Amino acid sequence: MAYKRQIDRLPIIPADAKVHNVVCHYCIVGCGYHAYTWDVNRQGGTAPDQNVFGVDLSQQQEAETPAWYSPSMYNIVKQDGKDVHIVIKPDTECVVNSGLGSIRGARMAEMSFSRARNTQLQRLTDPMVWRYGQMQPTSWDDALDLVARVTAAVIKEQGDDGVLVSAFDHGGAGGGYENTWGTGKLYFGAMKVKNIRIHNRPAYNSEVHATRDMGVGELNNCYEDAELADTIMVVGANPLETQTNYFLNHWIPNLRGTSTEKKNAELPDEPHEPARVIIVDPRRTVTVNVCEVEAGKDRVLHLAINSGTDLALFNALLTYIAEQGWTDREFIAASTNDFDKALAGNRTTLEQAAEITGLTVEQIKQAAAWIAEPKEGKRRRTMFAYEKGLIWGNDNYRTNGALVNLALATGNIGRPGGGCVRLGGHQEGYSRPSDAHVGRPAAYVDQLLIQGKGGVHHIWGCDHYKTTLNAHEFKRRYKERTDMVKDAMSSVPYGDRQATVDAIMGAIREGGLFSVDVDIIPTKIGQASHVWLPAATSGEMNLTSMNGERRMRLTERYMDPPGQSMPDCLIAARLANNLERVFREAGDTAVADQFKGFDWKSEEDAFMDGYHQHEKGGEFVTYARLRAMGTNGFQEPATGLETTGPVAAGTSTGEPGEVLGGPTIEGARGKEPVQEAAPTNAGAAPTPPAGSERIVGTKRLYADGKFNKEDGKAVFMETQWRGLQAAGKQAEKDKFAFLINNGRTNHVWQSAYLDQQNELVMDRWPYPFIEMHPADMEELSLKQGDLVEIYNDNGSTQAAVYPTPTAKRKETFMLFAYPTGVQGNVVSAGVNEFIIPNYKQTWANIRKISDAPESVKHLSFKSQEYPAT
Amino acid sequence: MERCNRLVDVGRRQFLRGSAFAAAGAAAAVSLPVTPARAAPGLALVEYPSNRLANIADLKPNEPLDVGYPDDNAPGVLLKLGTRVEGGAGPDGDIVGFSTVCPHKGFPLNYNAEDRTLNCPGHYSRFDCEAGGLQIWGQATQNLPQYQLRVDKKGDIFAEGLDELIYGRLSNVL
Repeated sequence: MAYKRQIDRLPIIPADAKVHNVVCHYCIVGCGYHAYTWDVNRQGGTAPDQNVFGVDLSQQQEAETPAWYSPSMYNIVKQDGKDVHIVIKPDTECVVNSGLGSIRGARMAEMSFSRARNTQLQRLTDPMVWRYGQMQPTSWDDALDLVARVTAAVIKEQGDDGVLVSAFDHGGAGGGYENTWGTGKLYFGAMKVKNIRIHNRPAYNSEVHATRDMGVGELNNCYEDAELADTIMVVGANPLETQTNYFLNHWIPNLRGTSTEKKNAELPDEPHEPARVIIVDPRRTVTVNVCEVEAGKDRVLHLAINSGTDLALFNALLTYIAEQGWTDREFIAASTNDFDKALAGNRTTLEQAAEITGLTVEQIKQAAAWIAEPKEGKRRRTMFAYEKGLIWGNDNYRTNGALVNLALATGNIGRPGGGCVRLGGHQEGYSRPSDAHVGRPAAYVDQLLIQGKGGVHHIWGCDHYKTTLNAHEFKRRYKERTDMVKDAMSSVPYGDRQATVDAIMGAIREGGLFSVDVDIIPTKIGQASHVWLPAATSGEMNLTSMNGERRMRLTERYMDPPGQSMPDCLIAARLANNLERVFREAGDTAVADQFKGFDWKSEEDAFMDGYHQHEKGGEFVTYARLRAMGTNGFQEPATGLETTGPVAAGTSTGEPGEVLGGPTIEGARGKEPVQEAAPTNAGAAPTPPAGSERIVGTKRLYADGKFNKEDGKAVFMETQWRGLQAAGKQAEKDKFAFLINNGRTNHVWQSAYLDQQNELVMDRWPYPFIEMHPADMEELSLKQGDLVEIYNDNGSTQAAVYPTPTAKRKETFMLFAYPTGVQGNVVSAGVNEFIIPNYKQTWANIRKISDAPESVKHLSFKSQEYPAT
Repeated sequence: MERCNRLVDVGRRQFLRGSAFAAAGAAAAVSLPVTPARAAPGLALVEYPSNRLANIADLKPNEPLDVGYPDDNAPGVLLKLGTRVEGGAGPDGDIVGFSTVCPHKGFPLNYNAEDRTLNCPGHYSRFDCEAGGLQIWGQATQNLPQYQLRVDKKGDIFAEGLDELIYGRLSNVL
């Protein structure tokens, strides 16, 4: 039977409950919520004056009521040391989600640490160290001393290059401006670490180098643009599942035609119809299904290309659109360079593209018309959106550039109903000192780890065992190296610190690796680590981030972090304090002095030291002001305050469509972190201003037609097609029978680390699924739910078979990054020229392991598509 | 059960525009027994009524019968699936009952006889009637509330409990 909670009622929120602003910490959309808390021995009542909603709760409430919450939105947590009831429910006033809760965000309360209700007891409560053959609790002082001594010893022998780091760079949980600054100031300020990688890729690089190189930051529009567009072209993305409430709240109204009034009001003097949608994806997703249900099949063009051939399609579209005279000549002349060069270099005929992509000439022509054919003499407004199908697909750099070419050529950046944006994974929250010393291409850190380089590995909120490429080989080598250190540590009494450090260093000289894992739970890679440092997550600390339309909000601390856990920024600060002490004790005064400036007492100190002092527009942003702006916040970059107006000369008043410019936002155009030249090891943070004036933000970037280049002109890029770019991919395709396409699913998206202890999710997905065409299943004698092995020359992994009649023959789709079957095991080490992984183009063979396990037998294998009526 | 049919007939687009559900609920105007506030000692579970919803003879295979449980303001369906399922009632173990208010945002679910699923026109969630109301795909953070059913010797079908919280009420019995 399906999992049921057997809950028949919930405590009612009393009228005087405390209310905190919350932004969902899982995905990029950042839906607004409120956390209500009240004493555990009290409850509200059904009478209107007895509950926070002021309504009669003895009556059935209507659809979309704010006056209801599901059992997953409820829990009992600690607040200031005392048990309190908590309800975390969607905020109807938040413009992002308008009260919608996703299957992930609406479980935030249930996914909180609660000893009273036994939820998320996997959370780390104490620093843990390898002692007597297993991980054992210790004090912060002891754990940090060990980490500092080993790290300092490695630096002494190998320099900063001996310190390998894996660190989040994003917002939301396991990130945010406070924590990226804390880690950034440690590794890029106090140290100059260049062997560093980001949580989901094996190097320290942008996933969207091309668009940035062209002068176009990747989060350049606003969510309202999806309501205003004539056409939405979405590439390698599945927004219904991975930007759920952005899609439901902003795309659907345009597909249904219910945003027409808004279009007429904001964009008079041109005809408006419900949106058309072009979806480029080899797989038929639920996004395709729902677009067809809402817009009608005649307004949805699903271009199910051959995997990895997007680039050829975009080049052909550019060529054909230019031939038809549908480009925006004035915009190209005023705001761009190198159009003619790129057009000539990328020339691709419809027939050539059809041959490569598997599409028909007619389909490509139709796509071109929907993108760019003028509507009654007016320019068609097309919004371009892309994500991992492109980013983690074939020839990332050129393909990204080719899509931006198309958006620029049709004048669709910086204008209402346009934009060329990544859809995103986590929220953003990047604030760090310059990373220029890392270089480009950046070091391929996974390969360094495999090759035996470096002596110490600091891991912050990353789990390579689940989420890297070439994961099988990575795990084998990582275990080998860290086991050497474990054995060395076991050879001496733990309490003899000098002997312990000497033993560890001895093992490191032999090729061993000392591993320090900072996380909120024991991770898979943590199995190999020697120290775990327990971190706090969103809501257990104050945390700022911005979403996919650069909307910055503050999630307020509404509960205590478990046990001794601390915000990452403070862990970084305390580690810096300990490194300073150890270097000073050793007489290395100059090195010790580099670790000054970490005397933060709170996450707000880190915010004021980092974002407030260093980010463009940061001078206007404080916790007090963000609190006052609630779940709507403002859109970065800030340009001033409502009371004073925009401060910098030439900036706008924030009116829609107004020309934006001036020194305040120049640097921040395009989301690249821009640091002022202030020293990074400045002293204590200044006292935050107390005012709560409203912050003025920026609705769209490049609204003035000036881009992030010295002359303000975006640059077209030459992006010739060159087949499967990453080394070894074509050979793998030739050798193995099945495409192992991969991605996410609705239940689990940026939430698997907690979901692995959530009954609802693990009941539905005890193993990752692999979608297969029934005829392929028959050939391999497979039944639904059977556990299969997916294997190739890179490694092997497992999944449960989900029959999928809409799948193409020999093209499967496997759930990515799942704890009970890691797709990355079968992904090759092949990357692009800037060390971007290529997960999507993976080929392997499949064979049966066993019939459906017990945990799978009761599950449904029916189509996930909403039936058309 | 006229009201329930009307709920379904209203159609999803209208539901998305406003509070039709509230109006429909109010129109039913069913008065419910009020539990005395202070008389009874506090109990750990709500007291579910044992309500006769139908007789087996009223059910046709794979045709949903609109019902209300635990009261008429809580629309649901009874289904005779035709194949024995875990948790199924009746001599053939194939009778099941579910709330038809989507546990995500409270829109009325539609039955799709072809694959025996309940489907939400609001945000496309799908629940499998043959798998205990398992959410096949969707936005809800719970599987579909299912009735605990008892069938007596005469073939009368009684609902006597639910296994999840119904949308729009903080106590399953109001």
